[in-house]
Amino acid sequence: MKPAAALRDAALAALVAFGLFAPLVGLRTEVAEGGLALRGRWDDVAWLCLLAFLGRFALMALAGRRLHVSVPAWLHRASRYAVPCCLGLVVVLPWLPFVERYELDLGILVLTYVMLGWGLNIVVGLAGLLDLGYVAFYAVGAYSYALLSLSFGLSFWVCLPLAGILAAFAGVLLGFPVLRLRGDYLAIVTLAFGEIIRVVLTNWVSLTGGPNGLSGIPRPGLFGLAFTSEEGGFADFFGLEYDPVHRVIFLYYLILGLALLTNWVTLRLRRQPLGRAWEALREDEIACRALGINVTVTKLTAFAIGAMFAGFAGSFFATRQAFISPESFTFIESAIILAIVVLGGMGSQLGVAIAALLLIGGTELFRDLAEWRMLIFGAAMVVIMVVRPRGLVGTRTPSIALGERRAIGGNYVSEGH
Amino acid sequence: MILDVENLTMRFGGLTAVHAVSFQARRGEITALIGPNGAGKTTVFNCITGFYRPSEGRLTLHAAQGPVALQKLPGHRIARAGVARSFQNIRLFPGMTVLENLLVAQHNRLMAATGWGIGAVLGLSRYPAAEAAAVQLARHWLEATQLLARADDPAGALPYGAQRRLEIARAMCTEPALLCLDEPAAGLNPRESDELAALLLRIRAQGTSILLIEHDMGVVMRISDRVVVLDHGRKIADGPPAEVRADPKVIAAYLGDGDEDEAA
Amino acid sequence: MAYALQQLINGVSLGMIYGLIAVGYTMVYGIIGMINFAHGDVFMVGAFVSLITVLLLGIGGGAAGPGALLLVLLAAMAVTALYGWTVERVAYRPLRGSFRLAPLISAIGMSILLQNYVQVAQGARVKPTGTLVPGGVTLMQSEGFNVQFSYVQMLICVVTLGVLAGFTLLVTRTPLGRAMRACEQDRKMAALLGIDTDRIISLTFVIGAALAAVAGCMYLLRYGVIDFYIGFLAGVKAFTAAVLGGIGSLPGAVLGGLLIGLIETFWSAYFSAQYKDVAAFSILILTLVFMPTGLLGRQEVEKV
Repeated sequence: MKPAAALRDAALAALVAFGLFAPLVGLRTEVAEGGLALRGRWDDVAWLCLLAFLGRFALMALAGRRLHVSVPAWLHRASRYAVPCCLGLVVVLPWLPFVERYELDLGILVLTYVMLGWGLNIVVGLAGLLDLGYVAFYAVGAYSYALLSLSFGLSFWVCLPLAGILAAFAGVLLGFPVLRLRGDYLAIVTLAFGEIIRVVLTNWVSLTGGPNGLSGIPRPGLFGLAFTSEEGGFADFFGLEYDPVHRVIFLYYLILGLALLTNWVTLRLRRQPLGRAWEALREDEIACRALGINVTVTKLTAFAIGAMFAGFAGSFFATRQAFISPESFTFIESAIILAIVVLGGMGSQLGVAIAALLLIGGTELFRDLAEWRMLIFGAAMVVIMVVRPRGLVGTRTPSIALGERRAIGGNYVSEGH
Repeated sequence: MILDVENLTMRFGGLTAVHAVSFQARRGEITALIGPNGAGKTTVFNCITGFYRPSEGRLTLHAAQGPVALQKLPGHRIARAGVARSFQNIRLFPGMTVLENLLVAQHNRLMAATGWGIGAVLGLSRYPAAEAAAVQLARHWLEATQLLARADDPAGALPYGAQRRLEIARAMCTEPALLCLDEPAAGLNPRESDELAALLLRIRAQGTSILLIEHDMGVVMRISDRVVVLDHGRKIADGPPAEVRADPKVIAAYLGDGDEDEAA
Repeated sequence: MAYALQQLINGVSLGMIYGLIAVGYTMVYGIIGMINFAHGDVFMVGAFVSLITVLLLGIGGGAAGPGALLLVLLAAMAVTALYGWTVERVAYRPLRGSFRLAPLISAIGMSILLQNYVQVAQGARVKPTGTLVPGGVTLMQSEGFNVQFSYVQMLICVVTLGVLAGFTLLVTRTPLGRAMRACEQDRKMAALLGIDTDRIISLTFVIGAALAAVAGCMYLLRYGVIDFYIGFLAGVKAFTAAVLGGIGSLPGAVLGGLLIGLIETFWSAYFSAQYKDVAAFSILILTLVFMPTGLLGRQEVEKV
């Protein structure tokens, strides 16, 4: 494109930026004596307009030479070695010299989202059912564990499967009425379902503690060994000096184990008739019916299994925080998990893990800029979608092959309905 | 006899698309369903294969295990009873490989072998043997449809003619008693049509009965044992190809003059 | 009886606001088949621009004259329309014709972005303006209960009906409206016939955002307090209204908005105010499950 045209375009962008930012950034409303007052911040507006000008100009200049991003192909070939290496790194992480309490906590957070992403990947990535209320099952798992352990004194290891079953049951309950819906409609109904669960959790004070939530949720032990400084605790039993980090390390391995379980089950199911039926459902539901596949049951199993893993993750969340409240289960959480799945590349386990690391670990870098964190998160979602609408790993690996397994290009794979 | 259609009527709101049609498809034969555009052929098909519920009438499949009333079954049960179909606008699983398409078709058998999913995850099942058998069956139909070399390619990447053949192969992997094909020759070139005709004859020779909607009269007259002609939702002729071809009512329907009295 | 009448007035004026937002959802869905997830936040931006204009004109805290209010309305519509245009241009247009989930994720990202942008730019605290249009008419009095039809509510009804009438004329009587309807029926065919579909889609977003700005302005006048988070709930409820009325149908959106407003108001008045959002969400689920085409929507037949 000619420089003159690019300049004109960039000037136009700056003008639009002025129109956008002048009222909302340039004039800040502040609570003052006797009402609200405005404070001008015109330097910020000037900077933003300049940024828009330069950004647009750079885009126009680059438009002719489209940068070829060859990450996925490279990633795919390297993944054979990269996956075991990464896994090894993740396993030994707690013992690395530079890893402190903060890094471990961050690791636990990222792994929780990896697990949630993998769980939702079954529903969205494999079965092609767009679920925007996934956090509801996470909440069901968390509250199940909290209530079971607080009211009946059941241990974490008994509650974990129970929470999974209850969440799976919730998954079927949601799945049943919405079986006929597709695409955006399904997304909206699941969103509404998630919000209903949250409103109920907030208002059913006698059971859930309402907005104050539940606290004092018991911590899990390792084969009956509690992570306390008392006699008979973990440290005492092994003759170690008591250190609160022991429990953090234990929690780290617990969520790692749960996440790997999710991954293992998913990978296994993908090579089984059930997993293939999920993918076939994503590709063409009518053809599935004509081949004798019970579409209802197949969809419900996807909902149930996906919800079950969210339930596991939920009870882990409850036991780690020892405190839960409806605040933790807002729509934004569902959106984050869905974003992880879609940005990772639908159906790709590796992509989901990378996306979780990028999104959760990445926004953690902006932790000190609390208000900016979600702003950057939202912008990142838009930018990544515009640049790579198929996600980081846009190819699909066949579940079986006569000869060599070759990745299938994303343009053939359907996105579900 | 494999399929008995009695008095089939299908109404959409005020429109009667199929009006009291009765015909039979005989076991081990190829029965063709022909008629001008809008005659109700695909509607009859959709009733037989469970995509529509007929307003009236009975559809009986005389399967190996005894007669089955198709009009009472939900869609996926019809396939299990032994009716497989293809679609006028091809419906493959485009992002899955050719082989995967054929394994999805054997879902119910494989699912039973995995102990409905649970056993398979734990690795406690007869699944590997069942899968090997399924791959064997898939290989057989891939050879029959000349698709073996493309088994590991995504179905969406196949050329049009190959996609049509794959759809037939996929239907055959359900091991049906009755194969229903909706315009399988549409869009094929003459050589591909010939190959299709040979394939259908081979399927018939293996003991599967075929019900066929087709516009390509060359194919129909060459391979059909029996032809049923529909026009404006009613059956106007039924018999061997030679007889039907000479029927004045059929000629009139295709040339378009029997329309005057019904056009109102 | 008097109490019910009061709820009816409240419900209708609330429903008008939902209806205005719902029109934006339904137009965009009709023309490009996507849920513009960020539309609720565009409404929120409209409310903020109204607030800022009110403060600029120095009419905060006191009664505002009709001229000033008109100015506020026009400023909000202009700026918000620019936001609508930009959202489409930046987040949706590059994704047109690509993978179907991508625009939805992009829209969710846009919604998060707008929300947090306003939070950063304007602060997280709620913004009270006080009553801008005080007073009203007492319609009837019984057992010490006054049925009030406030001037704000009258204003909402009059402005909404006026804007919707203008909008209906635009869609049914102008070449632009004809082009929009053509794109809605068949975008490819419209493009083949020489309609600049990109421009029409842009205009759809602009008009939808302008209507949302009217809703935002009315919301500000009615409640006198806004924050950066009002877009989410209002958005979901307006979307419910669009679905209930039959998505793609413009009169349906307004009808749906009125129904949702009435149901919500009566639900809070007679059952439980805490669970009023559950009412809206349940209606959404029930409508989609049992009546996916809504009240005035077109029937879709599954093609095999």
